[in-house]
Amino acid sequence: MRRRRNSLAGLLFLLPDFIGVLFFALLPFFQAVVRSFQSAVTARWVGLKNYRDVLGNSAFRLAAGNTMKFTAVCIPLLVLLSLAAAVCIQRVRLGKAALKGAFLLPMAVPAASVVLVWKVLFHSNGLINGSLQRFGMEKIAWMSSDAAFWVLVISYLWKNLGYDMILWLAGLAGISPEIYEAARVDGAGEWKCFTKITLPNLKPSLYTITVLSFLNSFKVFREAWLVAGDYPHQSMYLLQHLYNNWFRELSFDRIAATAVLNGGVVFLLILFLQRAWDTEV
Amino acid sequence: MGRHLAGKVFGKCGKGAVWLVLVLMAVIVCFPVAFVVSGAFSAQWELEQNLGPVLGSAEGMARWSLLPLAPAFQSLVELLMDSPQFFVMFWNSVKISLSILAGQMIFGIPAAWGLARFSFPGKGIVQMIYLVLMLMPFQVLMLPEYIILNGMGLLDTHLAVILPAVFSTFPVFIMQRFFHGVPEAVLEAARIDGAGNFQIFCSIGVPLGLPGILSSGLLGFLESWNMIEQPQTFLKTKALWPLSLFLPEIGLEEAGMGFAASLMMLVPALLLFLCGQEYLEQGIAAAAVKE
Repeated sequence: MRRRRNSLAGLLFLLPDFIGVLFFALLPFFQAVVRSFQSAVTARWVGLKNYRDVLGNSAFRLAAGNTMKFTAVCIPLLVLLSLAAAVCIQRVRLGKAALKGAFLLPMAVPAASVVLVWKVLFHSNGLINGSLQRFGMEKIAWMSSDAAFWVLVISYLWKNLGYDMILWLAGLAGISPEIYEAARVDGAGEWKCFTKITLPNLKPSLYTITVLSFLNSFKVFREAWLVAGDYPHQSMYLLQHLYNNWFRELSFDRIAATAVLNGGVVFLLILFLQRAWDTEV
Repeated sequence: MGRHLAGKVFGKCGKGAVWLVLVLMAVIVCFPVAFVVSGAFSAQWELEQNLGPVLGSAEGMARWSLLPLAPAFQSLVELLMDSPQFFVMFWNSVKISLSILAGQMIFGIPAAWGLARFSFPGKGIVQMIYLVLMLMPFQVLMLPEYIILNGMGLLDTHLAVILPAVFSTFPVFIMQRFFHGVPEAVLEAARIDGAGNFQIFCSIGVPLGLPGILSSGLLGFLESWNMIEQPQTFLKTKALWPLSLFLPEIGLEEAGMGFAASLMMLVPALLLFLCGQEYLEQGIAAAAVKE
């Protein structure tokens, strides 16, 4: 009896929020799934036509390809860099809190407030090219060549390095110091400790961090849009640009199909994340 | 013995080098913020002189001095005194962010408590739904949200940006993890004293879960203050825009005003960050470890 009353109470706590979630996210998403099989204007059933349209669309291929390339370059870079930063910062005594704060700072910086800085930095006569020239190197056309892709990479690393570092530090804090002490007594050096103790123990964190980094990589659109507007150089044309452009043309059928495809990929990744959490004891 | 000493010296030097590299990286990471601050306190003529090559009005390359030659409050004063447009946008941002925060607290705190401390049929599925929605990028939910907001006639109102964000599942996820850490014995003791579920939630759950609530509030505020895609999609009328959509419209020709406005956008986020860095770290780490 008491148990049933308790489970009712739990439901009551949850319900107001759940109704909102159902109403503003879940049900509309299913509606979008239905729409992905219909034509935009007449809502006639068209089967897989929208999906064929999307997959054959050159803008979609460009955007999906760029998004994939971006992920393939950025995530390994970010994961390794942040791991290195975390391992180093864990040993630092002098100014540890300040250093952590400095790396985390970009998380708090609204993308819109650094647009001007990015423009000054990456302009062809800007500060970065200025320094390159001073060292006798060629100017790079950051915004109007394939280098635009690297502007995105730099923005993403800048924004997420501290975030990932905190995640790694949480993982590192979970390794008991006794293991290290035992290994040191047995004569293991720093490097050996790192490869034989630290890395294997961080494996569960690696899954989590990779998936979270992937999901955060979708947010890099903000930086891209802010520095380059709606129609950037084609090397930084991302899925979100595509959504926005189709949105302006009101091709809801194609957006729906893309959203379902995109959502499917993300969902698969989330299942991986879940498994990572489940294996973590 | 000699080798041991050499190892020690080498170790010390290595540590120093690592520290130096970290400090150098930290300086680079913080550079854009320093840039905005110095830009906001520079006079327009100095900005034009430094940025001439970028604006196309001068040859050579752009320069920048982190300490302005002639520090000036002119841009900030002009922005705060003579640009009513700025105030409208700033106020829009404040209104949107605070409404979202309030809504997330009102609906999210009880939901997180319900999920963390009770078991009921279907809880596993609900948790899975919350996790999936939390991790979905906006682009996937853009059309669904548009459809429902359109259906409710809310497009082009602030509610269109506020309501979906209130029911974001991210705050629930964070707070749930913290509520999980409240020891069962404390709740049991309260139950024996005859406290009801709601009373326990208010007098024990909320105070003991406060770090989680603060973490979630901080992350939630930073997110909504930084929002771009949502207002861009759901708001047509410029007078309703938040600051984050207004700033990109300022070109480098008006650099003085632009940097002053950027600084005003940066300051609330930075202040909260500096006060709550510890909670922010806890909130981030909450995703890394299993509950």
